[in-house]
Amino acid sequence: MKSTLAPLAAIVLAATTAQAEEVRVYNWSDYIDEALLDKFEAETGIDLIYDVFDSNEVLETKMLAGGSGYDVVVPSGTFLQRQISAGAFQPLDFSKLPNAVNLWDVIKSRTEQYDPGNAHAINYMWGTTGIGANVGKVAEALGPDAPLNSLELVFNPANMEKLASCGVHFLDAPAELIPAALKYIGEDPDSHDPDVIAKAEGVLSAVAPYVQKFHSSEYINALANGDICVAIGWSGDVLQARDRAAEADNGVEIVYNAPVEGALMWFDMMAIPADAPNPDAAHVFLNFIMDAHNMADASNYVYYANGNLASQEFLVEDVIGDPAIYPDKATLENLYTTTPYSAKVQRVVTRLWTKIKSGT
Amino acid sequence: MRRYALIAVPYLWLLALFLIPFLIVVKISLSDTEVSIPPYTPTLDLSGGWQSVKDFFAALDFENFVFLTTDDLYWKAYLSSLKIAAISTVLTLIVGYPIAYGMARAEESWRPTLLMLVILPFWTSFLIRVYAWMGILSNEGYLNQLLLSLGLIGEPLTILNTNTAVYIGIVYTYLPFMILPIYATLERMDGSLLEAAEDLGCSRSGAFWLVTMPLSRPGIIAGCFLVFIPSLGEFVIPSLLGGSRTLMIGKVLWEEFFSNRDWPVASAVAVILLLILIIPIILFQRNEQKQREMDQ
Repeated sequence: MKSTLAPLAAIVLAATTAQAEEVRVYNWSDYIDEALLDKFEAETGIDLIYDVFDSNEVLETKMLAGGSGYDVVVPSGTFLQRQISAGAFQPLDFSKLPNAVNLWDVIKSRTEQYDPGNAHAINYMWGTTGIGANVGKVAEALGPDAPLNSLELVFNPANMEKLASCGVHFLDAPAELIPAALKYIGEDPDSHDPDVIAKAEGVLSAVAPYVQKFHSSEYINALANGDICVAIGWSGDVLQARDRAAEADNGVEIVYNAPVEGALMWFDMMAIPADAPNPDAAHVFLNFIMDAHNMADASNYVYYANGNLASQEFLVEDVIGDPAIYPDKATLENLYTTTPYSAKVQRVVTRLWTKIKSGT
Repeated sequence: MRRYALIAVPYLWLLALFLIPFLIVVKISLSDTEVSIPPYTPTLDLSGGWQSVKDFFAALDFENFVFLTTDDLYWKAYLSSLKIAAISTVLTLIVGYPIAYGMARAEESWRPTLLMLVILPFWTSFLIRVYAWMGILSNEGYLNQLLLSLGLIGEPLTILNTNTAVYIGIVYTYLPFMILPIYATLERMDGSLLEAAEDLGCSRSGAFWLVTMPLSRPGIIAGCFLVFIPSLGEFVIPSLLGGSRTLMIGKVLWEEFFSNRDWPVASAVAVILLLILIIPIILFQRNEQKQREMDQ
C-alpha cells in the first residue's frame, strides 16, 4: 500500500509545484515586445502562457463567465470598473509589488475614477483614439490641405465620399466612436442620455456607407501596406503601422493625430481575476512589468505611453519626444475620458451601432 | 435488457449533449441581466431548500421573448439568415451533385482516392481556410490579380466584405457535407436499373431524371440538412468574409452576448433559432414517415 501511495504523492506534489510555476496572461494583440516574455521566463523560472484578444467585449465575457483560467488580464478603464463591481478581480497585494513605487501619479489620479484607490489594477499602457492617415493617398483624394488632425476628415460626408475609394477603416468600438461623434457636434462625449447618444447616429450613419470595414486590429496591416488611406484607430497601433511601412520602405507615409476637437484618452489596466489559479505568480508578473527597464522596453516596442514614471528615462526619443505618444500639456488638457454605460444605455448604444453598421 | 441498454446509449448521448445544455439555455433566457458573475439572475441555490427552488422559478419570466418582438432587427436577421442559408444550400447542391455523380460513376479503383480528395481540406483548420479565402478574394488578392492579368476586368472586383464572399465561403466550407451523402446513395445504386430504363426506350437524360435523381433523393435531403442547418447559425464566415451590412442571426447573437452582456436575451435569440430549425425538421420527418407507410 505504502509503496503505491508514495509515488502517487510524489506526482501530486510535482503537479502542484508545477502549477505554481505557471502564469497565464491574456493581453491585447500586438501589445508587447516578445523578448520581454522570454526575459520574464528566464528571470523568474515561471512558465508564461501568453494569449491575446482584440476586443474588451471578448475579455469581459470571459471574466463574467468566470473560470477563465487566466492570472493576469488587461481590460480598459471603463470595462475594468464594471468588472470590479461584478466582483471579477481580487485586490492587489502591494507588499508583493515593490516596483509599484515606479507608477506615475498623473496617470494614477486619472485611473482612480475607474478603480477607487487603484486597489485592483495597475496601468499598463494608455493612449488616445485618433486618426491615422496615409499622407500621400489622402492628399491625392482631398488635396494638400486635407484636415489630417481634425474629425472633419472622417465625419464630414463630403470628405469621406472622396476617401471611400482609397479605403477607410473605423474601430469596431461603439464606446469610442460614439463619444467622438458627440464631440464633433459639440455634445458631451461622455453623455449617458439616450437622446443625446441618438444624435451621434446622424453623424456616423452619414459616413458609414463610405467605411470599408469596422474592425479593431486589421487596420494596422492595412495602413502599413497602403491598402487603406484613413483609419480611426488607437495611437500606438497607428504608429506601429507607420513603422512597419517605414521598415518595408514601400513609399507609404503614415501619420497619427489626436483630433484637435478633443480625443478620447483610455487606459489599459492589468488586473488579477478573483479566481486566478496562480495569484502569486500573477503578482510576480505585474512586478516584473512595473520594472522601469521592462516597462520602457515595452513602450519602446509598441509606441504607447505607459503609466510608469521611472521608465521615462529609458524611453527612446522617438517615444518620449513624440507628442502623439506623450502629448504636451495643451493636448493633454484637450483629452477626455468616459465612464461605463449602464446595461440599459449599453443596449441603446449597441443597437445604434448595429443600425449604423448594417443600416437595419 | 441488452436491447434497452443499446437503445439507451444514443438517448443518453442526446440527453447529456443536447437536452441538458438546451434546458440551461432556456433557463437563462427566462432570467434577467445583472452585473455579477455569472451576469444574470436568479441562479439556482439548492442550499436554501424547497423555498429557494420555489423563489427561483417564481423569478423566471418570458420578458426577453417579448422584447425580441419589439425590435425588427431580430426578425430581419432571422429572415436574412434563412435567405443566405437557403441560397447557399441550393448553390452547394448545384456544385456538389455533379461532383458526387462523377465520383460514383468513376472506376471503382479511383473512388477511394476521389473520396480522399473531398475529405482532404478537413486536415487544415477551418479558420485558416477561411483566412485563405480573404487572401484570394481581397481587392489585391489572387483572384483579382489573375483576372486583371488576363485582361478580363479593368479594375479589381470588390468581393471581400460582401454577401458574395459569404456565399463563396459557405459553399466552399460545406461542400463535402453535400457531396458525401449524395455519393453514398449514388454509389449504392443498382446500375441495371439504368440499363432497364434505356432498354425500355428512355433517353440517357430521361433515365437520369426519372431514375437516378429520385433514387438519390435521401442523399440530397441529408446533404441539404447538413449544409442548411450550420449555415443558418454561421458566425465565423460572415464575420470574416462578410461586410458590415451582412446581417445574420449569428452576429446578432454575438452582439447580445458580448456587447450588451445580455446573456438572457442572447439565450432567447438562440432558443428561437433552434425552434426555427427543429420545427420544420420534425414536420418534414413526420411527412416522410407517413409517405413511407403509404408506399408500403
